[in-house]
Amino acid sequence: MPATKAEIIARLQQDILPLQGFRPKLSSPAVDLALGPMKQAFPNAVFPLGVVHEFICKGIEEEAATDGFIAGILSGLMRKGGVVLWIGAYKMLYPPALKAYGIPPDKIIFIDAQQEMELMWVMEEALRCEGLAAVIGELRELSFTASRRLQLAVEQSKVTGFIIRRDPRSVGTTACVTRWRISPLPSALPEGMPGVGHPCWKVSLLKVRNGRPGVWDMEWSAGRFRHLPAAKTSPREVQKQAG
Amino acid sequence: MPKRFVSIWFRYLKTDWFTLRQPRLKDLAFVLATPEHGRMVITAANALAEAEGVYVGMVVADARALLPALEVLDDKPGLSDKLLRGIGEWCIRYTPVAAVDAPDGLLLDASGCTHLWRGERPYLTDILTRLSQKGYQLRVAMADTAGAAWAVARYGEEAAIVKSGEQLAALLPLPPAALRLEPAAAERLLKLGLREVRMFVGMPRQALRKRFGASFLLRLDQAMGAEAELLVPVIPPALYEERLPCLEPVVSATGIAIALEQLLQALCERLKQEQKGLRIGQLKAYCVDGRVETIGIQTNRPSHHVKHLLKLFDHKIATIRPDLGIELFVLEASKVEEQEHVQETMWEREGGLDDTGLSELLDRVAGRIGERHILRYWPDEHYWPERSLKSADSFHQTPPSAWRLDRPRPLQLLARPEPIEVAAPIPDYPPMNFRYKGILHRVVKADGPERIEQEWWLQDGQHRDYYTVEDENGARYWVFRLGHYDAERTYKWFVHGFFA
Repeated sequence: MPATKAEIIARLQQDILPLQGFRPKLSSPAVDLALGPMKQAFPNAVFPLGVVHEFICKGIEEEAATDGFIAGILSGLMRKGGVVLWIGAYKMLYPPALKAYGIPPDKIIFIDAQQEMELMWVMEEALRCEGLAAVIGELRELSFTASRRLQLAVEQSKVTGFIIRRDPRSVGTTACVTRWRISPLPSALPEGMPGVGHPCWKVSLLKVRNGRPGVWDMEWSAGRFRHLPAAKTSPREVQKQAG
Repeated sequence: MPKRFVSIWFRYLKTDWFTLRQPRLKDLAFVLATPEHGRMVITAANALAEAEGVYVGMVVADARALLPALEVLDDKPGLSDKLLRGIGEWCIRYTPVAAVDAPDGLLLDASGCTHLWRGERPYLTDILTRLSQKGYQLRVAMADTAGAAWAVARYGEEAAIVKSGEQLAALLPLPPAALRLEPAAAERLLKLGLREVRMFVGMPRQALRKRFGASFLLRLDQAMGAEAELLVPVIPPALYEERLPCLEPVVSATGIAIALEQLLQALCERLKQEQKGLRIGQLKAYCVDGRVETIGIQTNRPSHHVKHLLKLFDHKIATIRPDLGIELFVLEASKVEEQEHVQETMWEREGGLDDTGLSELLDRVAGRIGERHILRYWPDEHYWPERSLKSADSFHQTPPSAWRLDRPRPLQLLARPEPIEVAAPIPDYPPMNFRYKGILHRVVKADGPERIEQEWWLQDGQHRDYYTVEDENGARYWVFRLGHYDAERTYKWFVHGFFA
């Protein structure tokens, strides 16, 4: 039976694609996140993309700080119009607030998975999906095996994953490339000014593969990160050191 | 591309058919009659009879008095419908959409068909000659709307072609009955002296609606092209369905998966050729013992991607209970939509919300945990924090309004504000300290108040005065006082959110 016209055209189109240079992406282009001196901690001085980052937080205040720090990084990742998946069970994130971090909240798709099993399944499927800017998962526990699966998923698709672990029962070894802890810091205001200043965080990089862990004080102001030089020791800490 | 319609009017449909059957009637004046209320009433008259003054609706006895040589034949009920349907099926040679226009016409949707006859004039002439050669007397017309074509075929020039967009000009000199009005409305228009469409087409719509009803305006709009008209084709479009009978009953999940893949291949091949995509699909498995097992899938945008659709069905296959075996599989696409051809990107880049990979991922997630667990938010125009966002209607469209940036909002918001114990100076200073979940927080920095009033048209209640406070550890809270300070101490303090 002779092939129909449509079939021939479809086959020719398939043949043309490789000639046009259509092949899987080799590496994601570098994105400048303006992290300042923090960059020196990472391998090649570039914030690692296409890996899974783990964030540990104790209490809701630290979780809010963690969300803020991640939002700051996302605003850089989403600059090219990518979409972010936010997977979790708490439903605490308030989308309108993300606008202040330069993220269009309508570019975030929230998936509300109640059970741990479902959440892990969705997380893995999402991390496998190319074309997403990032995937954020709110998990409590993360076993080594689970983290390894996520890492393997990410290695193929080159999507960046963020896992927020609130009040984990045990913090064991995971296959994640980094482990962070973000805690709030008192905001800095010029002397005598009323009100509340820009968000400030103590960013602790507890673990990083092929890099140097460290602690930095960061501030989010005017749509970008700002490193607070020479961590100001508050009077109370001086007292502690003295006594 | 503008739509083009052809209206065919068979002037003497039934009598022409009788003449074809009995050639001796050709030169005779004859009528068809049917008994009604104990007398014979004329239902159709041929051209010769009409020339003598016989008309449809006349009683046969009266007609005989007028014309003693009149031949009277029995009418066949349902004849015209049968004839029109037959001719409509024959008209498939001109267009895929041919509709019966009862009682004595056909409507053809000729959009994009005329070039095969090298133009509209040859197209129309072809219809006219071929049907005339068959022995029917007919009038045809072509226009942008079915209504205008209908009107011109019956009241306009012979074989008229109304140019695209000129239907108004063509309708102006026609009588109101040309608009396919109800007889009562047409009669009332005549009684008011509105004998031509031009006399009332410019009148205010309100006035026309009041006097002649909404259906009058609908007909007017349909003729002008302001309102779309749907034709019911004689031959309904084929269903998107594939069947796979099995020689031996299938009992294993692997067998079902293989059958499903074959069906999907066949269905998707067809969808692809017609540039369509599946939105809702069902697999029906007919079991040996007479049960029918059904599993269904949905996609959030049309797709004819076999692998993706197979994946959606994948985890539902386990829910089929074959018991003694399945002997027939039927796959049907109950909702199918147009799919535009997607331009392949040269280099893979981060797609936005239109990314195919993303929509396939969302389909899989929806299949597993349910569609209501996937949310996207749009801003809603309310100040009240809980109401300032709403679920988006679709995953692809941009929000109708912009997000507000002018007020500080916390990244984490409690679904229900939690009560706190507060020490605050009156009248409206921020708290000095507060106790939340048993822990005392000393407020170091504070901002506010921002008063948000209750939207009284939606809900009763008191206003909230919001403060942003920072404690000695640097943790930032969004707290509010509900109501005014008063002697009875009815006001309460709550924590509502957490800033980064």
